[in-house]
Amino acid sequence: MNMDVRPSFLLDGEEIPFEPGQTVIQAALTAGHYIPHLCYHPEFVPHGSCKLCTVKANGRPAAACTLPAQAGLEVESETEELNDLRRTLVQMLFAEGNHFCPACEKSGNCVLQALGYDLGVMTAGFRHFFLDRPVDASHPDILLDFNRCVLCKLCVRASEEVDGKGVFSLAGRGISRRLIVSAESGRLADTDIAVTDKAVEVCPVGVIIRKHIGFQTPIGRRRYDVRPISAQALEDAPRKPEARHG
Amino acid sequence: MSTFAPYPPPSLETAEHPEQLRRVAIEPLSRVEGHGKVTLLLDENDRVHQVRLHIVEFRGFEKFIQGRPYWEVPVMVQRLCGICPVSHHLAAAKAMDQIVGAHPLTPTAEKVRRLMHYGQILQSHALHFFHLASPDLLFGFDSDPARRNIVGVAQAHPEVAKKGVLLRKFGQEVIRVTAGKRVHGTGAIPGGVNKSLSLAERDALLKDIYQTIAWCREAVHLARRLYEQNPQLYNEFGRIDAHQLALIRADGAMDLYHGGLRARSRDGQTLFDHLDYNHYWEHIFEEVKPWSYMKFPFLRALGPEAGWYRVGPLARVALCDFIPTPFADQERREFLAWAEGAAAGSTLGTHWARMIEMLHAAEVIKDLLHDPDILGEELVTRGERQERGIGIIEAPRGTLIHHYRVNEEDVVTRCNLIVSTTHNNQAMNESIRQVARRYLDGRRLTEGLLNHIEVAIRAFDPCLSCATHALGRMPLMVELIDAQGRSVDRLTRDASAAC
Ligand code: SF4
Ligand code: FES
Repeated sequence: MNMDVRPSFLLDGEEIPFEPGQTVIQAALTAGHYIPHLCYHPEFVPHGSCKLCTVKANGRPAAACTLPAQAGLEVESETEELNDLRRTLVQMLFAEGNHFCPACEKSGNCVLQALGYDLGVMTAGFRHFFLDRPVDASHPDILLDFNRCVLCKLCVRASEEVDGKGVFSLAGRGISRRLIVSAESGRLADTDIAVTDKAVEVCPVGVIIRKHIGFQTPIGRRRYDVRPISAQALEDAPRKPEARHG
Repeated sequence: MSTFAPYPPPSLETAEHPEQLRRVAIEPLSRVEGHGKVTLLLDENDRVHQVRLHIVEFRGFEKFIQGRPYWEVPVMVQRLCGICPVSHHLAAAKAMDQIVGAHPLTPTAEKVRRLMHYGQILQSHALHFFHLASPDLLFGFDSDPARRNIVGVAQAHPEVAKKGVLLRKFGQEVIRVTAGKRVHGTGAIPGGVNKSLSLAERDALLKDIYQTIAWCREAVHLARRLYEQNPQLYNEFGRIDAHQLALIRADGAMDLYHGGLRARSRDGQTLFDHLDYNHYWEHIFEEVKPWSYMKFPFLRALGPEAGWYRVGPLARVALCDFIPTPFADQERREFLAWAEGAAAGSTLGTHWARMIEMLHAAEVIKDLLHDPDILGEELVTRGERQERGIGIIEAPRGTLIHHYRVNEEDVVTRCNLIVSTTHNNQAMNESIRQVARRYLDGRRLTEGLLNHIEVAIRAFDPCLSCATHALGRMPLMVELIDAQGRSVDRLTRDASAAC
């Protein structure tokens, strides 16, 4: 018998209890149900930009990372239609940047790559942009490869909220939107970033890189070699229901 | 014969009046990397006036790597070659060891890398001999092309084909446990390796190593038998007298992973020995010829005309004082002594030498598997950061040079690679000219005759062959063009058709 007196909504036909203030994705992950996501991170205010977490709530598309959980809501996520859409989004992200996985040190630890594998993205699907932005190697401990940014804004949020520094920001709109370093010179060496900053750790892809240690973890022991992202995300989800930043 | 085109021309490199001649191109249509073709200029009597092997190198790579962080390079360079990515991986890693000042590496790092390299030698030599060369050697150069492929070998000589496949598989397995993956692994990193072997990995390889050595010995004997069945053909086919270059261990032993450079002239004179390879660039220069995208390296002491040389199995087996494993060394002695050294200078003797090296690789792998250091935990060392890094290794097809400059921000600013195919560029050109003179001259061209050219190239290098050629059918387009440049005849063979 279900003793849970919390309100709940339906996710793919299953009842998901939630705490008031939680978003659909928070409640789902806490309850052990994975919804694909990229710009959402349990420790930060949702940004709602990548749209990978798109679900249908009462038949209408919505981003699960920003949608507040409501009692009685009927949410669809694991449908062929939605996963097909997600695959297309992943393909577009791959085409937009330079993501040559075999030569990228983030390979095996990269959220974009892991999403691609998990969703079964088998081909590029779109013509590549073939970006050729120079790296910023000015900082002695940290390197920036701008060609791989997926504009999730996690580094911006981490640097502001956790590190209290504001090293990064996103500039421009639409197709010309890009990551910039908040220094007059535009160079990372001229900021107060440190290798221990949250902003360095949080990048889901291979933009913000700790120097000199690339490829030190052998194939087979990297994060998503061990388990697919759909399982890893549940592992990382807060165990107790909580409504952080919700 | 035309009065404008005297015959025979002094060298077949450049015809005097090309405009009078008919052009034939042997052009593999698709390939993994690089782009190669052979062009022949013939007169109205089918006499050969000019033969050139053109290889379009993937030079763009040197630009591509500029501006990238140095630790990415050993992984990135594996895109250069579909057949021996591990050689590029290791040559770059050796260069990056210098960049991070790692000298010496830990015993574990050094030995795991050697294991990876000899695994690569084994798999590449097996592929080269069994898949690519054996159809020509077993059935004859102008035998029925429908049969002249690995499938034909599997039907006529199932045991040979099977062993070839399993030898290659063993080599790939060695690569997998050392590099993490069969292709595009990440095992070697600046200053060392990222993994050693687990007990289980080692034991799995140990289980098969003695069988592997036994099969490698058989393979040497097969290569030798093929040679002995037709000594005149094998001795003379595409034969060139070349200077030779290889890395040699300090005590004169064969060492395919590390050593100093030894060069010997065609008349047996030592040109340099135990040369610290960090100074290679003072002794090896590269010449540019207007008709080819690929450079022509030469030994500076002998000049661009006379200084071209050969690298690869034949050079290595002939240049070393001994092979430091017993079975292979015995085979080396017999090879060198055979008909007073006739095989040791012949283009087709390369296959025999290659099999001796494959046997050596298997023996080295056995010794390394018995060495507890490959299970060790000290994987990486660092020292004083340097700006220049040079890594040289003996890749399956010959000496491979990687040379980088890395700035204080840790990104590559300059890169120069000299791959084995480039070292052998002039040698291959000379060899196919020899074949053209001997077999094609004055005869109506047939697929079988054109295959003679490929047989000579294949003795050096399978890399001009495309992936489909692994199945024995190099896609070819041969076009006859008349003096006005009109296409008069065309013979096409594609990868799916039996011919
Ligand atoms: S640098 Fe990384 S964390 Fe920052 S916006 Fe780009 S992808 Fe996101
Ligand atoms: S995860 Fe919800 S929009 Fe990116």
